[in-house]
Amino acid sequence: MFHDFIGKKSEKVKNVIERGAVKKFAEAIGDPHPLFVSEEYGKKSRFKQNIAPPTFPRALDYGEIEGMNLPNKGLIHGEQIYHYERPLFVGEEIYCSTEIKNYYERKGSSGELSFLVLTRRGEDNDGKTIFTEEQVVIITEAVKKELMV
Amino acid sequence: MNALAELQIGESLQDITLSPVTRLDLIKYAGASGDYNPIHTIDKEAEKLGLPGIIAHGMWTMGNLAKLFTPYYEDYFIQDYSIRFKGMVFLDDVVTLKAELAETDEEKLTFKVKAVNQHDKDVIKGKVVLSTY
Repeated sequence: MFHDFIGKKSEKVKNVIERGAVKKFAEAIGDPHPLFVSEEYGKKSRFKQNIAPPTFPRALDYGEIEGMNLPNKGLIHGEQIYHYERPLFVGEEIYCSTEIKNYYERKGSSGELSFLVLTRRGEDNDGKTIFTEEQVVIITEAVKKELMV
Repeated sequence: MNALAELQIGESLQDITLSPVTRLDLIKYAGASGDYNPIHTIDKEAEKLGLPGIIAHGMWTMGNLAKLFTPYYEDYFIQDYSIRFKGMVFLDDVVTLKAELAETDEEKLTFKVKAVNQHDKDVIKGKVVLSTY
């Protein structure tokens, strides 16, 4: 049902890696290391500033793909892959976007499953990639039926 | 000489065992990540999908697992982090985080990583590549 969306992208959205948001996130994953949360510690580190935890991009805005309405209920997260060119710095402005990389359906023992592969990207001001992300989302037959109504 | 340079292939970092999962842990993660899928916070919504109760966000577990490497950021950063979600984490589950060195080259260390529950069942599994910055 999402075959037509393969290759579709969102517009880039500007995100600021906010200090407070990084702190809240680091606390929520039980990792409030001073490299993430202490300004002074960050300055003395080899990065000369604070960095964000590697899964922090979960909290960012990647924009919408036109016409693509995924429910926030009933989806199964199958896989998640991050690749970084460098760490994400607290305070920097980045541009994020998402693309539908692939969509396929498979028959399984518990009915038909649909797989949606999304890629996401974070770029700096000059358009240089900081990180890329690939996400595999599994849609069960029950959820798919609801979507088609 | 950095802290991980002595580690041999097949050796592991010290495991970290988390406190039993609470609802508040998941409410906090929902707020911090913006993932408000109610299956992670509201019992009725989880039950509607045939689950015995709410389950942790897979990304909560993935986020936690990365902290095995946080002490080593003075020498490395996480270049690649890939995870397959294998099993559900329920309230009161006790999750243990594990990393074993699988491969090394001059600039990179590759670890096999996983989180297991109190029944020693994998809940997430994957790979972390540390790279010198």
